[in-house]
Formats: sequence, C-alpha cells, structure tokens
Amino acid sequence: MTSVMSYEPVIGLEVHLQLKTTTKLFCGCSTKFGAPPNGQTCPVCLGLPGVLPVLNARAFDWGIRVALAFNCQLASVMKFDRKQYFYPDLPKNYQISQYDQPLAQHGHLEVVVEGQTTRTRIRRIHLEEDAGKLLHDASQHESFVDFNRAGVPLLEIVTEPDLRSAETAYQYLIELKSIIEYLDVSTCNMEEGSLRCDTNISLRSQGTETLGVKVEVKNLNSFRAVKLALEHEQHRQATALARGERIAQETRLWDARALRTESMRSKEEAADYRYFPEPDLVPFMITPEQVEQVRGQLPELPAQRRARFQQQYQLCAYDANVLTQSRALAHLFEEAVRAGTPAKPVANWLMGEFLAYVKDKSLEPAAVKLDPVWLKDLVELVQRGRLSGPMAKTVFTQMLDRGVPPQQVVGERGLEQISDPAHLERLADEVLQANQKSIEDYRRGKTSALLHLMGQAMRLSKGTANPQQLSALLKRKLEQGQVNAPQ
Amino acid sequence: MTTISPDVVTQVARLARLRLDDHAAAHVTQQLNDILAYVRQLQAVPTDGVEPTSHVLPLSNVLRPDESKPSLPQTSVIALAPATHPPFLAVPKVLEAG
Ligand SMILES: [Zn+2]
Repeated sequence: MTSVMSYEPVIGLEVHLQLKTTTKLFCGCSTKFGAPPNGQTCPVCLGLPGVLPVLNARAFDWGIRVALAFNCQLASVMKFDRKQYFYPDLPKNYQISQYDQPLAQHGHLEVVVEGQTTRTRIRRIHLEEDAGKLLHDASQHESFVDFNRAGVPLLEIVTEPDLRSAETAYQYLIELKSIIEYLDVSTCNMEEGSLRCDTNISLRSQGTETLGVKVEVKNLNSFRAVKLALEHEQHRQATALARGERIAQETRLWDARALRTESMRSKEEAADYRYFPEPDLVPFMITPEQVEQVRGQLPELPAQRRARFQQQYQLCAYDANVLTQSRALAHLFEEAVRAGTPAKPVANWLMGEFLAYVKDKSLEPAAVKLDPVWLKDLVELVQRGRLSGPMAKTVFTQMLDRGVPPQQVVGERGLEQISDPAHLERLADEVLQANQKSIEDYRRGKTSALLHLMGQAMRLSKGTANPQQLSALLKRKLEQGQVNAPQ
Repeated sequence: MTTISPDVVTQVARLARLRLDDHAAAHVTQQLNDILAYVRQLQAVPTDGVEPTSHVLPLSNVLRPDESKPSLPQTSVIALAPATHPPFLAVPKVLEAG
C-alpha cells in the first residue's frame, strides 16, 4: 500500500479556440454568434456534393500568429486531413482537421506558480473546422440540430503532459487566454463556446518516469471547473491506487453541480478516425519570410509587458502580473499614468475596486466604459482631500455604472468632502453642544469619548466631513475647553 | 505481405455505416486485395529523389479573403433534411453528452 500523497499528477491540456474571423474556415458563411438557427450555411459547410472548400487567409495568418506567441516551430508545409466519424452535428460525416502535418509543433509556454516559473511544452497547434450544435432539451424523442457553427475556424492547442498540478493547469489557461486576448484573434468566451478545454490526467509514483493510466476529463465549462475537476480526479485516482485498485482508461465528464467526475461508459471501442489527406485542399507552404513578417506584426505579449511594467513603473511582480492579465486593464493603467497620475494609486484602484466591480458584474474588463483620465481625476480628488476614501469608492462605482467623469458624480450627488474650516467648526460645535456627557468623560481621561463624538459628527455630515481635520478640531476644542454655542 | 482480411472489411464497413451481406463482403474483400496488389506493383517504381506529396495538382496556398458571401436561405436548408422541427433539423434523441 502506498499513501495518497506519494503520487504525482501528470496533466495535459487541449484547448479549442474559435477564431473570430468574419467567415468560416472554408466558405464565406458568416460566423456571427446567435444568428437564427441554420441561417448561416451553404453547400460547402453542409458538405453537399461537388463543392470545393477554400482556406480563409485570415484564419491561416492568425494561426501563425498564435503559433509564434506559443514559441512553436511553423511547418514548412502543412496540409489538411479528413477525420471521419458519424455524429448528428457533423454534416459531412468527417471533420476537416490536420493530422500528421499540422500548422505548428514543439512550442512552449511559461507560467509562474507560487513564485516559480514552470515551462509547459506545446505539442502541436492545428487548424480545424467546428461541428454544428445539438440541442437536447426541447423534445423527449428528438435532438435538434443547428449547423450555423459547422465550419467555423478552430485552433487546437495541445500541450505535452508537462503540468504537475491543478493550479499549474489553471495558471496555464489564464496565461493562454491572456495571450490570445493580446493577439486579438478570439473572444475567448467559454459560455459562447469560443474557448473549450479538455484535459487528461494520470498519476505516477513520485520520482518515477513510467506514466500511469490516462483518464480524459470533458465537460469543463470554466477555468475553475478545470481546476476543480483535476483536483477531484487526482484525489479519486490516488485513493483508488492506494487501495490497490486499477485505473480504467476512459473519458469522464465533470459534473459541476455534484463536484465530481462520472464515467461516460459509452465508448466500448477506441475511436478509429481513419484520417486521410483532404483531396479538396492543396498543401500550404509557410516560408521563413512569411513567418518573419507575421512575427514583426506581433503585439507586445503579456510576459513582455509584465517585465516592462515592473521596470518602467517600479511595480512588484504580483501587481505587474494582475495588471497585464487583461490587455484592456493594462491599457487603462498605462493611459492613466500617461495622463500624469502616479503609478501606485492607479494600480491600487484598478486591482482593487475595478477588478472587484468587473467580477461582481461578471464583465470582461474591456466591456467597462472607463476613460483613463477619469481615474487620474479621481486620484487627484482624493489627493487634494476633496474626497474621503469611502466616498471615493462610491464615486468610482457610480462612475463605472453610469460611464461619467468623477467630477460629475461628485457634483450631482453632493459627495464632495467638507474641508472648509468654518463649516467643520460649525459641525464640531453642534456635536459638542449636544454631547455634554462625552465632554466630561473626555476631560476625566476617557479618550474613547473622542471616537464617539467623531462618529456623531460624521453621521451629522452624512460622511462628507474630512475625518482628519474634524478629529484634530474636536480634540483641540476638548483640550482647550472652547466649546461655543452653535450659531 | 499485407492482405485485407474479411474481418477488416467487416470492421471498415461498420465504421462507414455500410451494410454488407456475406456475398458483398467477399466481393469487396477480393476487390480491395486487387487494389493492394496494384499498389504493390507501383512500389517497384524507383521514387528516390521524388518529393512526397499528398496532392497531384501543382498548386499550393490557395486562399480566399475573409469576406462573407450570402448563405443559403434557412427554409431551403431545412428542406434538405428528412426530419425537421423548424428552424432546426431533427434527429433521433442523442443521449450521450460531449
Ligand atoms: Zn458555408
């Protein structure tokens, strides 16, 4: 018997990315999401006889872009193959994919997990077409088919089994999404299916090289689900192995409600796709010149931007990482700093309130209307003492909700902080007058009476009084015994 | 020397959803083995120095711009299917997920 702890997980990931081209991979049908069912198909994507698929130049170009961002070697010649199987969402009874001459191979991606950089090798990246969509819930006896998605370009990114923890897999996916967002080639929306992830995991005894029996896990609808499913599966397999049981080679489905994987129990035989070269598509040469041209057009990628942010803005590694994860967020940060705001307060606003807001509303950072100049204005309002910390947070939320500058929120809501000495003096006097007992308490040495008075005064001002000034004023009055009657 | 056995034919026919009776299976097995024999003859041709290719046309990199073209009308697409539930095509219930 071996203990559960002595097994090491060996994890691989397969990501399908829908490229956000205007048209499908091999025909001119629109790829627009949410169109009326079966309204975006043609003889090519339906596989009617006598048609000729022609590759979408933009999908080809974007594939090369992604391959370079993942440090892959581009094929000098790539070709397409038919992957044959029968399923009601597959109109041609084969999928045009790439088998032995994919777009790119032998790449790698580095992610930082718990302060340590780990490298994951990329086995291959290839282009293929998507299948249609099946709807199961509308009828008891039938499933319904919508072929709009059939033929939409997908990029499949497959890792080597290099990932050694669920957390590393999670971080890999975050980095992948971030890179793709920077490259601007996919919406990466898991709910709309534009980013899909399958994973496989086996266990082996620590320190050995022999791989265990591999289990595939599917039906993963979020990065969090991938992490939870891998943690669950690691525990399930380790427990079974420790009991001396054998792991079945199978595909399991993640049940997000029950938080466990279930055996699919359906495929009695190994899939046999009988790949063969797609006769309707000629080969594609990728020349070194073409590769260099695409490389020259690559934007600054998250890893480069992280390093630059640390250096240029003196940010710590953690802050630089959070700020660069989303291209939109990194852009907001840089623009606000460029507008003349110090880096640290901008970083704090974005990493704190902004990301909390985005998370709370389930939005992508890019979907929030926020002018970088508003951030600068907000920071200045706080620095000049015109807004207190809590008030600034209220203004910030309003600013994002309504998409208006902070001055407008402050003006309309009367949220501006009271720093005017005469106004504060009146406030202090009013509170002292009404709380004679606290004055006596304070003079008898009970300093907590000041806190009570502060609380009363802040309430009276509806939170708008400048707390530092007010506190100093109250203290002075108490100590000097100058309590005036309110005017 | 590789030959195609009746078992392989039955298996491939099943994968291709083709129904073959014993007579047809025997016939196809013979035909496929004849094709293999012909390919074996071709293998005698010296091909050193000939670039391997998956395609006979002297063409490569045939691409089209990412510009949309009109799709077929929804009604005519649905009309192609043996069973429908407009605007969908209908198939016997698929139980398996994934
Ligand atoms: Zn089409």
